Amino acid sequence: MTALLTIIVLVFILIAIWQMVKIFDLAQAKNESSGVATDKDNAINGYLMMGFLGFIYLITIISMVKWGDLPLLSNSASEHGPTIDNLMIITLVVIFVVQTITQFLLHYYAFKYRGEKGKKALFFADNNKLEFIWTIIPVIVLAGLIIYGLSTWINIMGVDESDDPLVVELYAQQFNWKARYGGEDNTLGLANVRLIDIDRANILGLDESDPNAQDDIITTELHLPVGRPVLFKMRSQDVLHSAYMPHFRAQMNCVPGMITQFGFTPTVTTSDMRLTPEIQEKVANINDIRLKKSKQLTEKGEDALEPYEFDYLLLCNKICGKSHYNMQMKIIVETQEEYDAWIKEQKEFKNSLIN
Amino acid sequence: MSAHADTHAHDDHGHHHKETFITKYIFSQDHKMIAKQYLITGTIMGVIGILMSLIFRIQLAWPEEPNVIFEALLGKWAPDGVMDADIYLALVTIHGTIMVFFVLTAGLSGTFSNLLIPLQIGARDMASGFLNMVSYWLFFLSSVIMVISLFVEAGPAAAGWTIYPPLSALPLAQGGSGMGMTLWLVSMAIFIASSLLGSLNYIVTVINLRTKGMSMTRLPLTIWAFFITAVIGVISFPVLLSAALLLIMDRSFGTSFFLSDIFIQGEVLHYQGGSPVLFEHLFWFLGHPEVYIIILPAMGIVSEVLAANSRKPIFGYRAMIASILAIAFLSTIVWGHHMFVSGMNPFLGSVFTFTTLLIAIPSAVKAFNWITTIWKGNVQMNPGMLFSIGFVSTFITGGLTGIILGDSALDINVHDTYFVVAHFHLVMGISALYGMFAGIYHWYPRMFGRMINKNLGYLHFWVTAISAYGVFFPMHFIGMAGLPRRYYTNSNFPLFDDISNVNVVITIFALVGGAFQLVYLYNFFGSIFFGKKSPQNPWRSTTLEWTAPVEHMHGNWPGEIPHVHRWAYDYSNPNHEEDFVPQNVPLKEGEEQLHH
Repeated sequence: MTALLTIIVLVFILIAIWQMVKIFDLAQAKNESSGVATDKDNAINGYLMMGFLGFIYLITIISMVKWGDLPLLSNSASEHGPTIDNLMIITLVVIFVVQTITQFLLHYYAFKYRGEKGKKALFFADNNKLEFIWTIIPVIVLAGLIIYGLSTWINIMGVDESDDPLVVELYAQQFNWKARYGGEDNTLGLANVRLIDIDRANILGLDESDPNAQDDIITTELHLPVGRPVLFKMRSQDVLHSAYMPHFRAQMNCVPGMITQFGFTPTVTTSDMRLTPEIQEKVANINDIRLKKSKQLTEKGEDALEPYEFDYLLLCNKICGKSHYNMQMKIIVETQEEYDAWIKEQKEFKNSLIN
Repeated sequence: MSAHADTHAHDDHGHHHKETFITKYIFSQDHKMIAKQYLITGTIMGVIGILMSLIFRIQLAWPEEPNVIFEALLGKWAPDGVMDADIYLALVTIHGTIMVFFVLTAGLSGTFSNLLIPLQIGARDMASGFLNMVSYWLFFLSSVIMVISLFVEAGPAAAGWTIYPPLSALPLAQGGSGMGMTLWLVSMAIFIASSLLGSLNYIVTVINLRTKGMSMTRLPLTIWAFFITAVIGVISFPVLLSAALLLIMDRSFGTSFFLSDIFIQGEVLHYQGGSPVLFEHLFWFLGHPEVYIIILPAMGIVSEVLAANSRKPIFGYRAMIASILAIAFLSTIVWGHHMFVSGMNPFLGSVFTFTTLLIAIPSAVKAFNWITTIWKGNVQMNPGMLFSIGFVSTFITGGLTGIILGDSALDINVHDTYFVVAHFHLVMGISALYGMFAGIYHWYPRMFGRMINKNLGYLHFWVTAISAYGVFFPMHFIGMAGLPRRYYTNSNFPLFDDISNVNVVITIFALVGGAFQLVYLYNFFGSIFFGKKSPQNPWRSTTLEWTAPVEHMHGNWPGEIPHVHRWAYDYSNPNHEEDFVPQNVPLKEGEEQLHH
């Protein structure tokens, strides 16, 4: 159905284009035009410039009204999240102001000074004062943004080992994620992909002789206790992946042959996040969309979509092959008690090996 | 200062040599013909590249649906009309490669550097016509190899245009990393050789072959831009070549420059000690300057077209040169902003944030100067002018979001999302394309001796301008919503279900915009044969290329090469009746240069 529609649309577009080409072609032939803009062309295009300015403003407003609630600018679920969101909003405001003014000047001048026969332009080749002003203004604005940005960056990337973070390994492979916890001692055992032994179920290549590895816990879901700093150690076994956790404003590549790291403190549990009005609205909206889609699907005799429930996600955000688009892991932020109960149920590494 | 062109290998009377069909149209050593060859090859590659983008845009808008277009165009890669995920990645990869290198580097810089450098500096031809010919044919060869790679059994390269290893190095990781990637690398190595030969030629020509009186501070900004672009190319392309060669070594000869500790498909590979991050550094050491290699020529063209059509001198000529130099210098020390989350030391990230945001300053100066050039002008709305204004508009819109991406703290959450796609398509994709169109409409009479239909040009511009914003503006929002790029479909994430309607809007704008490029193609090829004969200087422009005869001739000027007496932007000079004074007009008695 869509295919047919697409083709019909394409055919119509082509016909429309052909018609327009002929009309515009004929218009030129009739005027005995030289191919150089006349006063009339200048006037028409001058007005169109103002129209286009209106279009730019309009698409900005429409995008903000219709899709302005999509961006992750609030509801961050990590301690450093609000500082990133703040910086983002400040930068967006600066951008918005500059964009609105400069686009206006550009299109308005093109309209206002549209050419007329006999008019002569102003010979205005240089003005050191003006140029100094618009060199110095960006310098000041950017200096502010750089200072704010760098202090935020250093705060986020600098991991303070003294506040005893929970150490978790994120392990990437085509096309899924594993998490590894240090166990009782909160210390990850040594590992290398050369030690992988599928037959013995040593799937992450842990060093079986390392005492620290014995109580490690490998899971396919990422559980985090709320309020406790987490330090992620990332590994990849095959190609580059990127551990992207948008709700926590966190991202770091997973690089084969080296260990990368990123740390943050989750601040909102999954169940609390589900109760926030923004998320409820978003989920309701998404479920509306899914319901409509399900109707179409059931008409075709296919299975309906499951209703959506909010969960934090870890997504792969570095092209990694065929199923890159479906490489995800659920993240659950919960209270310390819930976390403790969950981790107790998981198998320790030494007990998961097949002998 | 300026050298006589008389020392050039060609005779200084500029006799029109007898040319056979082959030496005139195929193995031509004439810079104007080579420019057209670049342009037409670039156009064909552009059609392929844009067509690919339309195909994957359809996939993104209607992901689950079988589509006869896929079935027809993709064959075995779309069983029952449903696109395969591998070919999606391949399309994205080859679209990026073709547009960045083949269209906006070779097609833009190759065309206009070749056409304009000798004509605007007053030279008979490039310093080495032969190298110039070799440069084009290497480009042609690399284009052919790139196109052939599309038909490889296991699929074309599909690791993204940045071809990060290990994905690009291991056929086990992805079908496209076999023969497809080999051809990609071979094609790019040849492309780089072509680009280097071209760049060296441009540099030597600009330094040595300027006509009498053409000092560096009288050069049109186009020449400055092409010149500096060539310098950046010579500095940075060899690094990509080395990265490509090392990757070939890793792939085929068992070295471990970029690979280490890999377990894939049940086996441990022998690689040990290499680092993919090294490849990222080498790649982006070219990759970032590359975007300036793309945008600087467009900036040069736009400066020239804006001044000529505003009938005003370009505002702040020296500041424009200074900002080109500043951008060129900074462009080589900002590559790390592509790698904030690559795992490199966060301190490096701080340094690269600093240098990256610095580059906004010369860019801002340029934008303000362009706007001031229009101010109190007598703006002639020729199609080239519209595209130049469009360029400034998209360059501002796209450039501003660079402040977000260049800020390492903010980049964490929008890195590799559609926000990035929106940013770079506006600031360098669409902008450079506009620069290219501006150049084509403006110098069409110079290239083909005929006028291009302006009404079709207007139609082309306005639909393209609206579509470009329609496609890329909403993309910022889905990027800020956390949608990663290079996803074959978003339907595996219910989280993104509320984005699917945005994708439909984007695709419709893309289809309309793509379809209207047919107007341009019709106009371009049709006007070659049916356009009105062009007058000597249709835009009443000051630069030297408009003093050369309209008819094709080898050597550019019959008789002596004109001498230059003034700078390139004497528009609306109050000492003269006419609103333009060509560079070869001597100063009147008592007239002083208004600008130094």
